[in-house]
Amino acid sequence: MPNDGYRDYSLTGPNAKASFLGNAEWYASPAPRKRIKELMKRSDRLALTNYGNWLVLVVATGALLVAVWGTAWAWPVALAYGVFYGSGADSRWHETGHGTPFKTRWLNDAFYQLASFMSLRNPHLWRWSHTRHHSETVIVGRDPEIAFPRPPSIRNWVLNLLYIPAITKELGKMVRIAFGNLTDAEKSFLPESEWSKTFAASRAQLLVLSVVGLAAVTLQSWLPIFLIGLPTFYGSWLHHILATTQHAGLAEDVPDHRMNSRTFYLNPFFRFIYSNMNYHIEHHMYPIVPFYNLPALHEEIKADCPSPYGSLWACYREMVPAVLRQQADPNHYIRRPLPAGAGATPAYERPVIAAE
Amino acid sequence: MPNWVRACGANDVDAEDLVRFDHGDRTFAFYRSPGDEYFCTDGLCTHEQVHLADGLVMDYEIECPKHNATFDYRTGEAKRAPACVSLATYPVKIENGSVWIEI
Ligand code: FES
Repeated sequence: MPNDGYRDYSLTGPNAKASFLGNAEWYASPAPRKRIKELMKRSDRLALTNYGNWLVLVVATGALLVAVWGTAWAWPVALAYGVFYGSGADSRWHETGHGTPFKTRWLNDAFYQLASFMSLRNPHLWRWSHTRHHSETVIVGRDPEIAFPRPPSIRNWVLNLLYIPAITKELGKMVRIAFGNLTDAEKSFLPESEWSKTFAASRAQLLVLSVVGLAAVTLQSWLPIFLIGLPTFYGSWLHHILATTQHAGLAEDVPDHRMNSRTFYLNPFFRFIYSNMNYHIEHHMYPIVPFYNLPALHEEIKADCPSPYGSLWACYREMVPAVLRQQADPNHYIRRPLPAGAGATPAYERPVIAAE
Repeated sequence: MPNWVRACGANDVDAEDLVRFDHGDRTFAFYRSPGDEYFCTDGLCTHEQVHLADGLVMDYEIECPKHNATFDYRTGEAKRAPACVSLATYPVKIENGSVWIEI
């Protein structure tokens, strides 16, 4: 069958039924078990240092915002607060969802609930969605988190650089789920045993947002919503700009994270906000390794991986033309060359499924 | 009639770690606790059949390397999503420096 680039990304469509890559062995760069064991180890000290600093920054910039509210200083302070709140929480939702930063489980769970709320994400729905994303990374019709379905919508991309449409969607989702409604796509990865918890979480989040809204009305001030709820909208842009690099423009339907994920070098401040997710190949290959050990894991396996991009700019320089080209040619994608001596990508050919 | 099978030497697994043991077409995970006790469970995670031997042992729990589900390897109990089904466990005995499991 000629491949005209047609793809059905729906989780309930023909590709969902045709998934066979999901159960395939995913490629993992070889590394001594002893070393991987060291890197998998959890440290409450390292995690608390990072999460403690983050919370201090959120609280300090939030307090400053209260202090300068009503003056012109409120805008730059809100910008800083928003980034720590929205972008900082988004990467921490992800990390604690994996359960990897803290050795102590309740600390992981407490930060997971907090960061999920700050990102306006349902903690149960997203845990399961992300589980599927790790099982079947960028497998068409199976991965619920493919951000750049081909042909990609440039309009959505530009709008989503500010993350606003995506978060507005999350807010709508929160209301829908609070009323006990799940879509068929959500039901495809969320087991029924999790449904009641999922509804309860959306209701609790909605309740907190309602209290904040009520406080704003009572105080006749925008300040409460600038402090809680709204920062997810005005502060998640940095996370989104960084996270766009994870898979955009790369291969689909291949059981090798070296081909469908990106690792790039990034400055320490952005790595702090982004919880080291610039080491994205490493994260997918060994999702059990906590974020603070990803740079060391990178050193361990880099000889078996495509050479990392030197900067965020380098990622965008490659990604933007590729995504633009995919508009007219959805079969186009970026092929990542492996270094000499690297392990071969497992061979898989996925049939193109025609629309029903 | 119990069927005891030699899995490995008692020192082939480090304390607070596990090894994989295949027998016929079955695969098992064999653990040594921080207190030097030995345990055995099925070798594949109940969530998506990934080998637990690549996972992380912390105290009395094994964390799956794929989606971080955890199980108490003494009882097999699933402790953290996405695993909802517990692991089967098997009796273990140590004799003359070897580990035997009853399967
Ligand atoms: S395969 Fe073990 S948690 Fe998913």
